[in-house]
Amino acid sequence: MDWSAIWLSVRLAVTTTLVLLAVGIPLAYWIVYSPARWKFLVESIVALPLVLPPTVLGFYVLVAIGPLSPFGRAYARVAGHGLPFTFEGLLIASVLYSMPFAVQPFATEFASVDRRLLEASWSLGASRLETFRRVVIPLSVRGLVTGIVLSFAHTLGEFGVVLMVGGNLPGVTRTVSISIYDAVQSLDYASASRTSLLLLIVSFLILTCTYSLQRSVWLKPRR
Amino acid sequence: MAEAAPLGGRPAARTLHVAVDQRFASGFAIDARLDVALEPGSMLVLFGPSAAGKTTVLRQIAGLERPDAGAIRFGDDTWCDTTQGVWRPPQSRHVGVVFQEPTLFPHLTVRENIHYGIRVRPRSDPASGSASGFGDRVRPGSDPGQTWVRPHRTVAEIEKVLGIEGLEDRYPRALSGGEGQRVALARALAPDPQLLLLDEPFAALDLPTRLRLRREVRTLLQLTGTPAILVTHDRGEALAMGDVVAVLIGGRVRQVGPVSDVFSRPADAAIATSLGIETVVPGRVDGTSDGLVRVAVGAVSVDAAERDPIPNDTAVYVCIRAEDVTLESGASGPASARNHLPALVVSIAHEGPIDRVTLDCGFGLDAVITRRSREELNLAPGAQVTAAIKATSIHLVPRL
Repeated sequence: MDWSAIWLSVRLAVTTTLVLLAVGIPLAYWIVYSPARWKFLVESIVALPLVLPPTVLGFYVLVAIGPLSPFGRAYARVAGHGLPFTFEGLLIASVLYSMPFAVQPFATEFASVDRRLLEASWSLGASRLETFRRVVIPLSVRGLVTGIVLSFAHTLGEFGVVLMVGGNLPGVTRTVSISIYDAVQSLDYASASRTSLLLLIVSFLILTCTYSLQRSVWLKPRR
Repeated sequence: MAEAAPLGGRPAARTLHVAVDQRFASGFAIDARLDVALEPGSMLVLFGPSAAGKTTVLRQIAGLERPDAGAIRFGDDTWCDTTQGVWRPPQSRHVGVVFQEPTLFPHLTVRENIHYGIRVRPRSDPASGSASGFGDRVRPGSDPGQTWVRPHRTVAEIEKVLGIEGLEDRYPRALSGGEGQRVALARALAPDPQLLLLDEPFAALDLPTRLRLRREVRTLLQLTGTPAILVTHDRGEALAMGDVVAVLIGGRVRQVGPVSDVFSRPADAAIATSLGIETVVPGRVDGTSDGLVRVAVGAVSVDAAERDPIPNDTAVYVCIRAEDVTLESGASGPASARNHLPALVVSIAHEGPIDRVTLDCGFGLDAVITRRSREELNLAPGAQVTAAIKATSIHLVPRL
């Protein structure tokens, strides 16, 4: 088994999930509570990776972080090297690609918190931010867990975007799915099947946890 | 700033000024004008039929809804003034709100719910740091430098009046409807709001619980000195709990005044219809015999048949429907009606085939009789008559 690929995938999935937590919670908050009329545009952009072929997304990300774009040039000047075919480039692509898997469960759960609880909290002197922290977040634990688990699993299994943006550099950008592809290309079916089985089991376990949480098999009903 | 200091000296009454316009997509419009002086511990009832806009006005006072135009002031504070662009969010109004449903935070225990609105004093103060005591906590959102200390015993007293001391470690889902609403009340009162807003808080409860809770609310308002506004469409509730009533019909405040005045003397027919036409006069229970309760109303006394005994000296409203008052000319002889009150005809209003006779029998009393009876009795303003009322037709509402 290609342990360096597995380790890289896990590292990428964990980092992507952490970034999505930091970015996704404020974004979901804004989508749910903002009175802005044009927020449907943001919602559409966030949801794009659900329908876009990963190669298309990967292509645009590659162009956007490459030396042809102002962003890519600015990054290269600061960091001393370009973003394409690096872990950082891969991370940017993964975050965008998994964004809907985090933001949508977050937003759905935030929106389902009874508005009267928010009003009660405001009347008790708590600011909107404090209300979010003390009422909305604790009541959204399930949505948060769902979003975290789904982004983790989704990043773990991504292929097209990684190939476009990261290429296939062992230890740097060769993730599990690419390592399986490589193994099959070189007719190493034994290695491919071991890694595939591992990925299958992990993915299945993760989804089982998520759905059992959503169905509240283990938790008492909230209301 | 005139802060209410419930347990200290007597604070003065504060005036609530409301003048708001709001238009809804449905075409319904609110145009409410209201100026009421709220004494500490007193209660203003916003009374009216459903869909009259009562809840909307209450929510605007709470800051949970913004009027299209208008102003809301309480004492010296301007909470909203659209002409000057003033809008204070609910966080800075220091009002307590209790909704029809308990709306407790489901992830917090009863204790955490009640303490939710109580803020710890800023770190600079040496008295901070104790997580359990309340003697060193301040009203939320206080102006910096103005620390308001709520004594520990007051939260305990609130819980004691409501009888919820034993529930503190429970979660809201383990509470009954009445317990939930009690906790919601305690939560609203714990940060010592300057005004308590109650949006039909008893409507979802069974009758015995409702009656008990009304009394407890009244006790709490007096204990804490908090003035309150109650939205209700229940006339019994308005009579029992209100000091001042504002009648809201079709989005407009149609009449404001002391409860007995408004219920006895509705300003026009629409108000009378929504209130139910009835004479309502304050009285005091003066003895019980043979199941009859004797009530002193000013210098006269009336007998009322009440199923439930009412203790002596209880303040009550005596409610008499005009249809239940019969008139006899001259002096009275024995009859089945228990009450025979000598009265003077003040005025007579013609309402189709029915005449409404306004009497003075020591208190103002209305009677409706047919025109023919009026002619037979030869009634005219200034005439001396006897008003007869059966004891079973007199309804007593104990004031809380």
